[in-house]
Formats: sequence, structure tokens, C-alpha cells
Amino acid sequence: MLPETIILDLERRAHRRRGIDRWFGRLGMVLTLITLGILAVLLLNLAVSGLARIDWHFLTSFPSRRAAEAGILSAWVGTLLLMVVTASVAIPFGIAAGIYLEEYAPKNKWTDFIEINIANLAGVPSILYGLMALGLFVYSFRFGQSILSGGLALACLVLPIVIVATRESLRSIPATIREAAFALGATRWQAVWHHLLPYSTGGIATGVILAMSRAIGESAPLITIGALTFIAFLPPPAVISHPPFLSFEWLFSPYSALPIQMFNWVSRPGEEFHANAAAAGLVLMVITLSMNGVAILIRRRAQRNIHW
Amino acid sequence: MNAPSSPPVAGSTRVSIRNLKFYYGTHQVLQGVSLDIPAFQVTALIGPSGCGKTTLLRCLNRMHDLYPGNRYEGVIRLQPGDTDILGPGVDPIQVRMRCGMVFQKPNPFPKSIYENVAYGLRLQGMNRRRDLDERVEKALREAALWEEVKSRLHQLAHNLSGGQQQRLCIARAIATNPDVVLFDEPTSALDPIATSKIEELIVELKKRVTVIIVTHNLQQAGRISDMTAFMYLGELIEFGETNRVFTNPAKPQTEDYISGRFG
Repeated sequence: MLPETIILDLERRAHRRRGIDRWFGRLGMVLTLITLGILAVLLLNLAVSGLARIDWHFLTSFPSRRAAEAGILSAWVGTLLLMVVTASVAIPFGIAAGIYLEEYAPKNKWTDFIEINIANLAGVPSILYGLMALGLFVYSFRFGQSILSGGLALACLVLPIVIVATRESLRSIPATIREAAFALGATRWQAVWHHLLPYSTGGIATGVILAMSRAIGESAPLITIGALTFIAFLPPPAVISHPPFLSFEWLFSPYSALPIQMFNWVSRPGEEFHANAAAAGLVLMVITLSMNGVAILIRRRAQRNIHW
Repeated sequence: MNAPSSPPVAGSTRVSIRNLKFYYGTHQVLQGVSLDIPAFQVTALIGPSGCGKTTLLRCLNRMHDLYPGNRYEGVIRLQPGDTDILGPGVDPIQVRMRCGMVFQKPNPFPKSIYENVAYGLRLQGMNRRRDLDERVEKALREAALWEEVKSRLHQLAHNLSGGQQQRLCIARAIATNPDVVLFDEPTSALDPIATSKIEELIVELKKRVTVIIVTHNLQQAGRISDMTAFMYLGELIEFGETNRVFTNPAKPQTEDYISGRFG
């Protein structure tokens, strides 16, 4: 039996500790609400200034000197084509590098060094990727100020995201599953192809989509390598009417992109152009948010059957 | 893939281990173990934690090759064919196809029951649906699981109970007709009822395959094994018929361990 004074003292302390606990909970809630509030205001502001401008005409017209007639056709087509290039480079390279690093590479100082630097690469300011792409793709490889150069620059930018997502999803598969496959006589590649990749599809797909939605909003590297702000034509079509029916001329076409178009409109004087910028921003937001939505759906679906 | 010559008869040596040493990096775990494992019998490896019994088991299918810095020395000969499992020219993948393994925790693939059992067969190049169907059924029957799962072969393996999952893993391991099946404490994650089903199954299995089982559970070793090897600090202390080792151990350490004085 403890003396009464000690019991009282314990109660006092417990009361104090519970108080701190409660206060942190409240503080955290307030800070979360503030953050969400800012985001909501931002979206609302975009919607108020831009929503009225969004119509069929806006989506199917080229930019124009007259704000009311200007549209984002060349911008969204440019963005779409950039994403095709970015995805077709970043996805295979990133997943392959992730598989190599996680499943094949020996674990030593070298691979530790590579691992740290991939994390670092993800943090390099995007404009530096622009400078790199300017020297490498535009001048050395003579790809010019083209969709190809832009797409490759964005692919480099998001490659670390894909690699890290791939590694993390592979790492979350228990070692016992790998051992089960190896114990039956699987090679490393069979273990990867039959088991590890299918079981990590959800995580990898999520990483890929997040990488793409990062790339889609980038403007700095594209400005550096010369995306144009005023484009009144579309790149040549990818499908043509005579053999071989596929054309890759569009890869070398000049282009614009949604963030670039926005940047151009924002920097002009005049309320009407600012409304255009808000409308283009809204379109970009919708695209990004729906990509994130798809990422969530894919993760849910892919993980429905997988529990460890 | 299967045994080219006629299989050894019960009692003849299936796996012959000579002066086996094993190193994790510079740390030596097995101090020169020699052991003859008889065909079509159950051989139990017992000993306190860290004695090297699981390490020894995982030498037999070259699982240690999967991790860097591991090194084997010595000879392990597998019959038929007198294959030196550790030999430089021997492909660990071939070894693993002849020595199946069942792990401590049930580890079915997150695929259907059918695909779990068929996977080893597919790896060995079996693709025809009819052949696969037949072999999957045979393996599931031998693992005493067929009646429980025959109506839901294409449902996820993870919907099975823990004991059923472990029997599925046994079916997966025996579907390819290996010469040896290695069990690494297969019941340590299971309840007593599931455990006794697995034990019955192991005794049944020795009619057609050689079984080596690592176990922490001395009663289990006593119930199901024909031969018992007692290991301590990386050395084989005693090896003999289970009855004899348990009732009349030759070495004092064995007696101490079996009577519960340490371990």
C-alpha cells in the first residue's frame, strides 16, 4: 500500500501527461485543417476565375492574341505527347533499374553509394535537369527543341521516383516468398517475372502514376530547353495513310505544354489572360487529380488478393 | 528430371554428408559435419537454437547461395547419381528440383491453390493442362488436402487455414517427385491439431520420399523420426536410431539436452 501523498503525486503527474497528450491531438488537428484549408482556397480560387472560360472552344482552339478566342489545343496535345515519351522511357528504365538494384545487384559499398545517389537525384532541382537536357539532348544529340528532348528531360527527372517506388514495392515482399520460388528451382528472373513483379504491381503502378503527375506539371526544365509559348499548329500525326502507316516525325516537332501555356498567360497584363491561365490550371489540376485517383484504384485492386 | 536409375531401397544412403563446413562470411557455423541420411526414412535434426541444424538443412538445397558472403566446404553426395551437391559444376537449380523444401511459416504464393501446386511442375516445363491437372490432384491427395480443396482449386491459397496452407506447401514441394524433402520446423507456427495432421502426413510421406526435418520439438522428433541427429555448437554430437538416441544416448550432451537440462 503506497502512502497517500505518493498516490496523489502520481495522479497529478498522470493528469499533466494526459493534458499534453490531448493538447498535441488538438494542435495536430488544427494544423491539418489549416493545410487542407489553404489547398481548398487555392482550388476554389482557380475554379472561380477559370471555370467560366472552360468550354469546347477553349479546349479545341489554338492560342490567340485575343484572350477570348485563345484556347489550349496545342498545349494539351503537347502535354499528352510529352507524357507518351516520358512514360515510354521512364517506366521500362526505372522498373528495370529498380529490379536490378533490389534483386540482382550485390549488396556492397558501391550499391549503397548508388542507392544514396538515386535518392539525391530525386531531390535535384528540376531546372538542372533542364540544363542537362539542353546540353545533352538538344545540342549533343541534335534532337532540337522538340517533343523528344522535352519528354526525355522529364523522363530523367522522374526516373528516380520510379526506381525508388519499384525497389520499395519489391522490398515489401517477404523473403519467404522469394525462397519458396527458389526452393522449387526458379531462376532469379523466373522469381521476378512469375512472382515479385505480379505481387508488386500495385506499388509500382502507383509510383509510376505519381511520377507522371509530377512530370505533367513541370515547366522549368521545358522552358530551359525551349518549349514554345505560342504554337498555332499541331505536331504531324503519328498515324499516316500510306505505308508504314506509323510516323515518328512528331517526336521532332516544336511543342507547347499546359504549364508553359499557363506561364505565358500569367505573365501577360490583362485580366482576361489571367482567367485563361486559371482555366488551363484547372484542366491541369483535373488531369493530375484523376491520375492520382487512378493510382489509388490500381493499388486497391492489385492488393485485394495479396496479404502476407 | 526425376531419378534416372532405379531409386535406392529403404535403408540405403540417400544423402551422404562428409566433413561439411559452412561459413557466414568469416563466422564458421558448421564445424565439419559427417552424416549418412537413409533413404525413405524420416531423419530429425535436433539441438538448441544456434546449433546449426537449419544451416545444415539449407546446405542440402543450396539455399545459402541466395545470399552473399556464404561459403561451403566439404562434400554432400545425393543418390541416385552420386551428385556432389556442393560440387563446382553442379547447378543449384538442379539440386533444388531434387530436394524440395517446406518452410517454418506456411508461405503459399498469393495465387490459386492449383497454381501453387502446379508451379514447380511448370518450372520443369510441364504445360499440358491434363498432365498438370493429374499431378496437382495426386500431390494434393498425398498431402491429405484434396478432399478439403477439390471444389475450390482456383480460389486463393490465402483463404485456407494455417494448417491447410502448410499442407498446400507440402503438396507444392512433393508435386515434382523430389528425392528428398527438407522440412524446416514445419509446425512451429501451427496449433496442436494442425501439427498432428502434418506429423501424420510426414510419416506417410516417407513411403515415397526421404524426409529430413529440423525440429525444436523433441516429442515431435520422437514421434515421427526413424533417425535422430543431435547437433550442438555446429558439430554433430550424436546420430543414430531415434529410439536408441532418446532412451540410451551415448553422449552426455545428448542426454542433457533430451532430459531438458539445457536448450
